[in-house]
Amino acid sequence: MNWSWMMPETVSTYGPAIDQLYYVILVITGVVFFLTEGALIAFLVMYRHKEGRKAAYIHGSTKAEVVWTVVPFLIVMAIALASKSSWDLVKNPANFPADAMRLVVTAKQFEWNVTYPGADGRIGTADDFTVRNQLHIPVNRAVRVNLRAEDVIHSFFLPEFRLKQDAIPGREIPVWFEATRTGEFTLGCAELCGLGHYRMKGTVYVHTEADFQSWAASRAEEQQQ
Amino acid sequence: MSTAQLVSSLEKEDRTQPGYTDEGLHELSFIRKYVFSTDHKTIAKQFLFLSLFFLVVGGALAGMMRWQLGFPGQPLPGGGVFPDTMAPGGIILPEFYNSLVTMHGTIMIFFAIMPLLVGVFGNLLIPLQLGAPDMAFPRLNMASFWLAVVAGTVMMASFLVEGGAAGAGWTSYAPLSTSGEWTGVYLGQQLWLVSLIIMGASSLTGAVNYITTVINMRAPGMTWFRIPLPTWSLFITAILILLAIPILTGGLIMLLFDQLIGTTFFIPAGSGEPLLWQHIFWFFGHPEVYILILPAMGIVSEVLSCRARKPIFGYHAMVLAMVSIAFLGWVVWGHHMFQSGMNPMLGTSFMISTVVIAVPSAIKTFNWLGTLWRGDIHFDTPMLHALSFVSMFIIGGLSGIFMAAPAVDIYLHDTYFIVAHLHYVLFGGSLFGIFAGITFWFPKMFGRMMGEGLGKVHFWLTFIFYNLVFFPMHNLGIQGMMRRLYDPNEYEFLQPLQEMSTFISISAFLLVGTQSLFAFNFFWSMFRGRQAPANPWNSNTLEWTVPSPPPHGNFAVMPTVYRGPYEYSSPEVDADFYPQDRPPPGAGPGGQAAPEPTPGPAPTPEPVAGD
Ligand code: HEM
Ligand SMILES: [Cu+2]
Ligand SMILES: [Cu+2]
Repeated sequence: MNWSWMMPETVSTYGPAIDQLYYVILVITGVVFFLTEGALIAFLVMYRHKEGRKAAYIHGSTKAEVVWTVVPFLIVMAIALASKSSWDLVKNPANFPADAMRLVVTAKQFEWNVTYPGADGRIGTADDFTVRNQLHIPVNRAVRVNLRAEDVIHSFFLPEFRLKQDAIPGREIPVWFEATRTGEFTLGCAELCGLGHYRMKGTVYVHTEADFQSWAASRAEEQQQ
Repeated sequence: MSTAQLVSSLEKEDRTQPGYTDEGLHELSFIRKYVFSTDHKTIAKQFLFLSLFFLVVGGALAGMMRWQLGFPGQPLPGGGVFPDTMAPGGIILPEFYNSLVTMHGTIMIFFAIMPLLVGVFGNLLIPLQLGAPDMAFPRLNMASFWLAVVAGTVMMASFLVEGGAAGAGWTSYAPLSTSGEWTGVYLGQQLWLVSLIIMGASSLTGAVNYITTVINMRAPGMTWFRIPLPTWSLFITAILILLAIPILTGGLIMLLFDQLIGTTFFIPAGSGEPLLWQHIFWFFGHPEVYILILPAMGIVSEVLSCRARKPIFGYHAMVLAMVSIAFLGWVVWGHHMFQSGMNPMLGTSFMISTVVIAVPSAIKTFNWLGTLWRGDIHFDTPMLHALSFVSMFIIGGLSGIFMAAPAVDIYLHDTYFIVAHLHYVLFGGSLFGIFAGITFWFPKMFGRMMGEGLGKVHFWLTFIFYNLVFFPMHNLGIQGMMRRLYDPNEYEFLQPLQEMSTFISISAFLLVGTQSLFAFNFFWSMFRGRQAPANPWNSNTLEWTVPSPPPHGNFAVMPTVYRGPYEYSSPEVDADFYPQDRPPPGAGPGGQAAPEPTPGPAPTPEPVAGD
């Protein structure tokens, strides 16, 4: 059994920053966990009932209250501020790479349809082509996906890329990511979307640039016929 | 009827008048006494039986879910009783699994934990701890219980209708929940909505009652800062209920309209907005999670102080922390929606408010530790549960910090990490708090002591199996396992986790099985337990000054309160406790030393004998 608290491998450019943040929180909460639970157990042993013992008649301490209000406040605020830059990097469209390759992913019960722009590089034209449950992308190039949903809410989850975003019917929500190595990875649905939710999955194929180009060309050709 | 007659007849019924008791006024029929009772203690017991029943139902649903997750696709032992639409040949279908997920969450939150905390302890403790003869509105109180029965019946009936019970999750996200087109569940989802609307009415009638009682019916000398913490927590909870439930009810009605009469509040095809549902639901939902934890915090504070024989550390800080949670709880709902498509800038604001609300939780934890420090700790069953609350709540609070950081939440959202978090606060927190409360006040409720030995065995097994079930879920979440999956093995990268899922499931069966020890102890003690004295725990609060169980009308003589509720090990007396109503030395008999005047509209500072 895997009792590990380590994050699994990540293959996106921003993945390591998110993992690092996770480890910072893990260390801070880990220390707090051992200190508080340790104090609890120590008190239980030290102050267990003994014949003739009377508890101390203490109602509190303003100084202690101030300390354990201010210190946790500072710690959690520091965590929050440290989290802000990664969050903005991943989710704020203003920060998305301008030259990213553009795709549309349309979720519906229970499949992911990925639309490519075709030869003209533009989506919404006749030479677009769509593949089901396969997301082919080149390595080391930013990809911007506009997420749509046809029926209910789904959630576009690329665990190895550290990306998750709900797809909402009636909206188009942009996300981006950039792969750092080639290989096959998981695309899953993370939002309960009906009885087939558990099998609403696809595969991310990260190719070298050349392989991607030839794949795209062959698909575009199929589309022409 | 003349005005004077009217006034005098009203006064006779006005239970806000101190000293009011109708004991002996009339012999109550069996039905009035046990079924349509207006006595707050009886209603507390009725809520107890009702919500323990639903706790069993919720546990059974969880057991079936864990069967599918531990042994995917294998026939459920005894599953042959289910029709083919649910589990043909005992093999649970995906749509039935979704109903199990949905109904487990719904029943546990709305029909088990909430009524256990608010219905049981609100009813039992508020009048007794304040020195009042009953609730301000006893008939409303009775209505609150019977509305809960109706709501529960409707919820259970939804299993039997065509299409099965609701299957869109306890959060019922639209548009999945707006039409059977998406789930195959039509009537079941509508009954779910109707049931929760009725349950909301039940909670509201309860809440106005608690609030009125706390404001108006405190015994002389029971100033705000002499109110025991369980009653404080229930008072604040009642205010949260009063404000939060109507929001949910509004949303439920809109969703019902979308289902039934063709409105499109949440349906984009009709230019509705799916995210509106989430905003409404979580604007209710986050205060709701505090409704589910505050009373447990109050109970645990009481038990810790009493069993450590030490004043609660930082009484005022404890109250202030609860008050600030009650305020901050309204501005954090967006942390459930970080990945929903809400503007990411808004995500940043909700991150700030969310980490701030972790601070009062930390304050409370440190004060509990401070209470134990230099105490004289008695490890009775209620105390074990209360200590377990503290240690488990620490874990739940700390895991919250991970998801409060939106960047980390990108990965953790909707995974088993969330499932672990919510069970550490709701089972490790609320339910252990409830066990602490039941075992602590059982003697007051039933006049008999609960078995200590069996109680301890039940505690330890529950504590161990509980952790074996829920702690590994953190690890599953970190490996990326999504929640609410019928069969995670569909995903190749989750297949290596099957062993852990099976381990969790076996632990879960043992955890559920262990609860039979509690059930046995509960019923056995009710009839065979040792006769309980008035004050078995040497506690300070007023409920322990009356017989166990207290008579109708509670206090033969209206008590006068001289001090705070946590004067344990005071140097002023030899014993290690100093009840709130004991006159200070030197005061004449009958408590002639002037009590602090009661603020607010509560009249008569003079203690009045019951008539
Ligand atoms: C100590 C401070 C706490 C923090 C910082 C915190 C934070 C969070 C966050 C950010 C989420 C959303 C995670 C996601 O869906 O991605 C969450 C979920 C949840 N929290 Fe907490 N939480 C705290 C305490 C509590 C308490 C005291 C309770 C209840 C007793 C609670 C009950 C829940 C529940 C039930 C969910 C899951 C709701 C669902 O999606 O089904 N939390 N918490
Ligand atoms: Cu889906
Ligand atoms: Cu919340």
